[in-house]
Amino acid sequence: MTLSAYLPILLLIIISTIFAVASIFVSSKLAPSRWTFAKRLPYECGIVPEQSDERERFPVKFYLVAMLFIIFDIETVFLYPWAVVYQELAVFGLIEMVVFIVILLAAYVYVWRRGGLEWAE
Amino acid sequence: MPEFTPPQVQLAGVAPEITLLVSALILLIVDTLIGERPNRWFLPVMATAGLVLAGAFAASTWGDNELQLSGAIALDGFASFVKISLAVFGLLTVWVGRDYLVRDALEDSEFYALVLLAVAGMMLMAAAADLIIMFLALETFSIALYVLVAFKSGSLTSQESAMKYFLLGAFSSAFFLLGIALTYGAVGSTALYGGRDPVSEPGIASFLSTSPTANTGLLVLATGFLIIGLGFKIAAVPFHAWTPDAYQGAPSPITGFMAAGTKFAAFAAILRLFDATLFSLRAEWRPLVIAIAVATMIIGSVLAVVQDDIKRLLAYSSIAHAGFILTAVIAANDRGVSGALFYLATYGLAVLGAFAVVSVVSGQDEARVRLAGYKGLFFDHPALAVALTLFLLSLAGVPVTAGFFGKLVVFGAAVQASYSWVVAIGVITSAIAAFFYLKIMVRMYLEESEGESSPLPIGRLAAGVIAITAVATIGFGVVPGPLLRAAEDATMFFQPAPETGQAPLGG
Repeated sequence: MTLSAYLPILLLIIISTIFAVASIFVSSKLAPSRWTFAKRLPYECGIVPEQSDERERFPVKFYLVAMLFIIFDIETVFLYPWAVVYQELAVFGLIEMVVFIVILLAAYVYVWRRGGLEWAE
Repeated sequence: MPEFTPPQVQLAGVAPEITLLVSALILLIVDTLIGERPNRWFLPVMATAGLVLAGAFAASTWGDNELQLSGAIALDGFASFVKISLAVFGLLTVWVGRDYLVRDALEDSEFYALVLLAVAGMMLMAAAADLIIMFLALETFSIALYVLVAFKSGSLTSQESAMKYFLLGAFSSAFFLLGIALTYGAVGSTALYGGRDPVSEPGIASFLSTSPTANTGLLVLATGFLIIGLGFKIAAVPFHAWTPDAYQGAPSPITGFMAAGTKFAAFAAILRLFDATLFSLRAEWRPLVIAIAVATMIIGSVLAVVQDDIKRLLAYSSIAHAGFILTAVIAANDRGVSGALFYLATYGLAVLGAFAVVSVVSGQDEARVRLAGYKGLFFDHPALAVALTLFLLSLAGVPVTAGFFGKLVVFGAAVQASYSWVVAIGVITSAIAAFFYLKIMVRMYLEESEGESSPLPIGRLAAGVIAITAVATIGFGVVPGPLLRAAEDATMFFQPAPETGQAPLGG
């Protein structure tokens, strides 16, 4: 194993570092900066910014929904390619997909019975 | 389009893991469908059924010796031995956990499901013949354990320790992954043994045996990262910092399960990786493992002396035990492997028993975990005190207990490999360790209890677990033969290396 084989990687690291530093530096020098009060405020979503104390309890339902989304998103990711090669995979593919979907179904039943799908509470 | 040929599906190697996954899913679904009940006795029953079935599947493949699922799973005596032990550990955890959860009103189906999933991951770790599978198994049981450590919902210490365990665990996984990536860079494969044909499908072991002249620099670096990743899981110094906190904050039955199960699974991976696969690189990894083992034995034993909390004390004791078992890894011979198996099985039983006593004595919400709480335990609850004494004697390695024979075989293997000086350090630190085990016993027998003695409700399941582990600890101490022979028969799958001459392990 010779180290010279890794020379391109080293060069790439150096070039990318120079590029990143240079572009930040150049843009800070060239770009016009006209700050207003509103521009300096921290970014916040919505029309009326939240004015209450930040240290309050908030529902974590969004996380729950996001996790559920990922579960069923991944199901789709596997279902589409299977649909394309359904003929070739034949019985083997069918069994594999049934096993996969049954496991996801178990997760779905669990979430549903535990009240994970009830938004208002 | 090329003709599709379905891969060969051989489920014998992973039947125990599949059983556990399916029973965990069924358990969760049944519980949610049945709804609220005052006494959910069916949860531990279902978990017990799943674990017994998994253990039976593991036992049924005893004596087999082959690679399955494209060389990703090793179906050998070594894996069977570990899997059966883990099924037993899981059973004991479920039973102690049931009484603990009912007492503290924490019972939920997730506890049992997560224990089953953790056992499945640990079992897969022992059977993994591919670094990717090993990593998956590591993550499976680690993630289940992160949640289990935080299971005392409402307890800040429990959540804090889960957070620490999670952050350091994720950190160690990164090291392990980097080790896998570097291994792939060096060998071109993540398989430990590779396929049947070492030329067309080389694994790490066949790579090392067929190309002995190859420059192994990258592989040595990878080995270092793999040691770090697994060192976190066995709680070896200097990767032990999470152990006292996680052990202290976790529910006591889970602490016992972590000490027994995680250690066994991670050591199974270490033994398979270093003593079999990377055997021919032993000149490179041995100095590193020796340094870790010596530091682990010394720091674990010395720091345990100053602990005031029994769970922290047992945590440091478990660190010291990791060091003792590492001497068997250093030996890298047949006796070392079988000795480590015997040690881990008997250590697991003793530590599960000790934590069963701790979870009973600690009482509601684990209020009584200080060593001072054990003052005069013998006069208030003689049976509990005698059982705990037995477990502590076994952990200390006193004759007539199983721990004595564990230390004997492990140190014997290291002497055979002419590492007597490591063994000398092991014996000295064992003597230091005996001091803090004695400290607890003095509290129990020679000191008066503070305040009036409160009645301790001892559940039937917890009492049963304490009885079983106590009998096993004495039994394997008096008659160690059968278990020792089983550990010797539990050989690892290994393809004999043609160039290097002798194969390190039978197969």
